[in-house]
Amino acid sequence: MATGGADQGIGGRAPLIRFEAVSKRFGAVVAVETLTLDIAQGEFFALLGPSGCGKTTLLRMLAGFETPSEGRIFLGGEDIVPVPPHRRPVNMMFQSYALFPHLTVEGNIAFGLRQENAGREEIHARVAEMLDLTRLQGFGGRKIHQLSGGQRQRVALARSLIKRPRVLLLDEPLAALDKKLRAETQFELMELQRKLGTTFVIVTHDQEEAMIVADRIAVMNQGRLMQVATPTEIYEQPNSRWVADFIGEVTIIEGRTTVPGSVDSALGPLAVADRAAGAGKTLWLALRPEKISMSGHRPAGEKNAVAGTIFEIGYRGETSAYKVRLDDGSLMKVSIANVNARGRAPYAEGDAVWLSWPPDAGIVLTG
Amino acid sequence: MVILLPYLWLAIFFLAPFVIVLKISLSQSVLAQPPYTPVLDLTAGWQGLKEFAAQLSLDSFRLLASDSLYLLSYVKSLQVASISTALLFALGYPIAYGMARAPRAWQPMLVMAVVLPFWTSFLIRIYAWINILQRDGLLNDVLMRLHIIDAPAAWLSSDTAIYIGMVYSYLPFMVLPLYASLEKIDESLLEAASDLGCPSWKAFWLVTFPLSLPGVAAGALLSFIPIVGEFVIPDLLGGSESQMIGQTLWTEFFSNRDWPVASAIAIALLGLLLVPLLFYERLQQRSLEGGRT
Repeated sequence: MATGGADQGIGGRAPLIRFEAVSKRFGAVVAVETLTLDIAQGEFFALLGPSGCGKTTLLRMLAGFETPSEGRIFLGGEDIVPVPPHRRPVNMMFQSYALFPHLTVEGNIAFGLRQENAGREEIHARVAEMLDLTRLQGFGGRKIHQLSGGQRQRVALARSLIKRPRVLLLDEPLAALDKKLRAETQFELMELQRKLGTTFVIVTHDQEEAMIVADRIAVMNQGRLMQVATPTEIYEQPNSRWVADFIGEVTIIEGRTTVPGSVDSALGPLAVADRAAGAGKTLWLALRPEKISMSGHRPAGEKNAVAGTIFEIGYRGETSAYKVRLDDGSLMKVSIANVNARGRAPYAEGDAVWLSWPPDAGIVLTG
Repeated sequence: MVILLPYLWLAIFFLAPFVIVLKISLSQSVLAQPPYTPVLDLTAGWQGLKEFAAQLSLDSFRLLASDSLYLLSYVKSLQVASISTALLFALGYPIAYGMARAPRAWQPMLVMAVVLPFWTSFLIRIYAWINILQRDGLLNDVLMRLHIIDAPAAWLSSDTAIYIGMVYSYLPFMVLPLYASLEKIDESLLEAASDLGCPSWKAFWLVTFPLSLPGVAAGALLSFIPIVGEFVIPDLLGGSESQMIGQTLWTEFFSNRDWPVASAIAIALLGLLLVPLLFYERLQQRSLEGGRT
């Protein structure tokens, strides 16, 4: 498991943020457990996990709202644990946005600069720059309650960026937006991050969002890091059953290696590309549904082919999700793109089908 | 129909009594039953109504303006109400703030503690204060035992006693609206202020206090308005050198049996209180438009 401080793929660069054996307990509850993590300058980094996994606690420790029970947190080489939140060069965008209802859009955005006693001219210029950046020109004089959800989100973003923080913390920043707006905003966030070059750390429970926006993702569960890697690695090469199951859809088949390149399972011997797995050990084969082909008859020349009956079909528009009952009684998830103009795929529930996949589609997991 | 209901309510419980009092204030005092004239007699028809209208006069209001006794009573009432409200605010804000910042689980109990005195009769509580404030009462006893004073001080029958009574009696009216507005403030707003570089003492003035202003206004008016018309507290705890308007009104009604003048005092008082009421109304309107959610 990639929990070591050194090999987390920041490629020898000096980390901007370093969590060093950080633990956080609330009474008897352990929110974060001896966690070590490096985040590089300029990264768009996502903390992903189910609710209660400790990702928000980690973010709040970075902002200074929580103090670690143990361990140290470095920002640019300096231990920031003793630094109170109002003196940290990080800013946070809150999940609820936490906009000041008694101030105008301008008043909200300028709030941070006013605390630095910046001059009138400078405040005015930088507020205008922020309104520009977040496409809120002309909204400066509005009160918060006069704005739509999407506009509020942008005010919150502008307010947290105006002080040019070294790190921008985003706590579920898009959770309150509807799906369409969320998708647009994800791309805006990425563009903004590239333009500013600021390090962004985002907390989200939405794996799709994390995969889209982030350069690297830390998958967390029960206060621990499960895997820290790029979105592609996390999806294509998960390091454990838990990560494989948490990210996207997967079918997991238990088996045992006898000869390299082959796994014995309840479905018979299955060919795998990964020859590294040690012989005789229990291991698991994870199969992504989109990598499996379905046909009405036994496919010729495929090493991995199993027969089954379609148990359930979920029509999703661009794809259909099938659950196929195999001969050993287990279910396999298959996803087929609906390429035909008529929509529905040519299979119906109850049809006998064959499923096949190339050897390199199966991810061999040992834990 | 549904819209009519509040108006009907207003007409029955506010407008009707007001019109009756207004009518009496325009009448003349007589030794009779009822103790004023003219009395409206609808059986006399149109002619009777015209005669009735001709007999109404502003004499009672002229008396209010000409005799400084009344003016002084009004001034005294406003003075007592202003100072009491200021004292209530100074005492009530920290209490409400403490309640709002207390652990969630404690808060219902703290609210209960503020409301608890209401379980005892108001009159009994004021009598209890007479007991505490009198020459050989609890207050002098404690102060002398602590050697803060050497001889018993005269607390009762003074303005100090009135202020003690007012602050004691109206504290819940100040604390509860303040608590309600402070308790509503989202904790994350203070975190946001702190995140943006604002130390917590400053965040109080930049965030907490402005957001509690509706509560400040509500608390101040809920105290100020009844205190202006307060009768029992100044009558039982205060001295006799100057009267609040409630006492003057009482004297006119029950000692002098001059219902028209008493009614005129009441009408003028209402006019006086209309100013802060309209102010409050405007503030409410503004906070509604502000849409604090």
